[in-house]
Amino acid sequence: MADGRGTIRRRAGLRLWLAGGWLALLALAAILAPWIAPADPLAQDLLGGRLPPIWVRGADPQYLLGTDSLGRDVLSRILWGARIALIVAALAGTATALIGATLGLLAGFLRGWVDLLISRLIDIWMAFPPVLFSILLIAVTGPGLGPIILAIVVIDWTRFARVVRAEAMAQGAMDYVASARVAGRGRIGTMLREILPNVVPTIVVLLTLEMGISVIVEAILSFVNLSISTDQPTWGGMIAEGRTSIHQAWWVLVFPLIALFLTVLSFSQLGEGLKDRFDPVLR
Amino acid sequence: MAEPCAELHVVENLHLSLPDMTRKPIFGAAPRIEILRGISFALAKGSVVGIVGGSGSGKSTLGRAMVRLLEPTGGRVLFDGIDITHRGEAGLRPLRRRFQMIFQDPTSSLNPRHRVRTIIAEPLRLHGFADIDARVVRALDQVGLAREMAGRFPHELSGGQRQRVGIARAIALEPDFILADEIVSGLDVSSQAQVLNLLERLVRDLGLTLAFISHDLSVIRRLCSRVIVLRQGAVVEDRPTADLFAAPAAEYTRELLASIPLPDPDQTWG
Repeated sequence: MADGRGTIRRRAGLRLWLAGGWLALLALAAILAPWIAPADPLAQDLLGGRLPPIWVRGADPQYLLGTDSLGRDVLSRILWGARIALIVAALAGTATALIGATLGLLAGFLRGWVDLLISRLIDIWMAFPPVLFSILLIAVTGPGLGPIILAIVVIDWTRFARVVRAEAMAQGAMDYVASARVAGRGRIGTMLREILPNVVPTIVVLLTLEMGISVIVEAILSFVNLSISTDQPTWGGMIAEGRTSIHQAWWVLVFPLIALFLTVLSFSQLGEGLKDRFDPVLR
Repeated sequence: MAEPCAELHVVENLHLSLPDMTRKPIFGAAPRIEILRGISFALAKGSVVGIVGGSGSGKSTLGRAMVRLLEPTGGRVLFDGIDITHRGEAGLRPLRRRFQMIFQDPTSSLNPRHRVRTIIAEPLRLHGFADIDARVVRALDQVGLAREMAGRFPHELSGGQRQRVGIARAIALEPDFILADEIVSGLDVSSQAQVLNLLERLVRDLGLTLAFISHDLSVIRRLCSRVIVLRQGAVVEDRPTADLFAAPAAEYTRELLASIPLPDPDQTWG
């Protein structure tokens, strides 16, 4: 009866390593920012404004990636900006996942009036234009880290709720759910012990996507000056400032943009990679 | 077969209808489809009864109503003299251990995220059994699975092995009654034979009462002492297997018999 089926394991792909590697590097940079940043991210040097990155002629070796129009060090600002980006990604992503997945799971598995209530709520919620909704929300609460996280959670929980609901409905039709009933397991027990483990991979993939989206949303809100106060460097704020001087100092715009791009890409690739790893059927 | 001493599972004038949502008007209730139209029979303790019928005859619905995965809309279901027709889930729970079910498709009925050990142990835990680990090992032994299979996930097993896990899960609870719903129809012929042999032995050794649902009369003939033939939600024949095969009374039974492929086409069942 023994065969090889129990011994097959899949190796983590290159994708997972690259994405995880970049995010780990970023997390490290965010944590160590006060020690590794070469300059104070807020210190202005009005005589050394718009200095190009080190490999371009006319650069000051003190500023590796150049300075912006106020003479602030771009590299230091990116490192400090990583803090905000990752805090928003982690907190907003997790909170969104918790709330959305819980509601989706309840609606998809319990069905009946619970589903009716939650589904209608999702429909109504999704009729609001998300960007306007978040701008309105922050206009009411005032800018800051907390309001940004709240805005992301309030807008994006429907993404989790819809997908998890559909997944829970599909899983609920499987015979292992009927089998749990025959074994005498209650509804909530079945939902948590039988359905939830089968929905977790979906939640994880969505969570990583949501973290990427959170980083973008934070950048967008910074771009329209609704994010965190200007004495905290954020990638979105840097991009907004760099846009005005793109013809004189491209580096002010391009470097935070690259950081943003790589981070969002890494989050989505991490999700894909983890999905493969988590699925015992694919493993 | 031993003389029946008492009736374990009784179905009286069972009706079951479901709303037809495809023909539901915008306002008002959907028309109902009659799936079971007044079925009555009694299963004696220790008997092995086949329930046979073509596709859409209501045999699976009947099975699910018998183990109360579905609630009948009319009639009664008595298990060991207890009326379980309209009992709520909480009221059924203490009885659940005693009537178990083996499902048609083990890929669907075994949770892909749980290891075999968990799949067999969880029902035992729910019913408060002691020394669960020992019981899991015994159940695996009884169905002829190696003990190291306990650490595997369902997708790491073959189809026949998966169905054995489904059987192990049911018998581990030491039930009085087992409903087997088309449990060999997804298996290849040699696995079918193995699973049927296993079931035959377990029924004999454990003194189980078994209702075996199948569309395949040749499988029923092998295993069951009595056959109930269903057609469009009603019983058309209910007789000892030997009688039925020797002289089928209903036209429908003759059709079912004629549809069994025989090794020699000129041979008859008699």
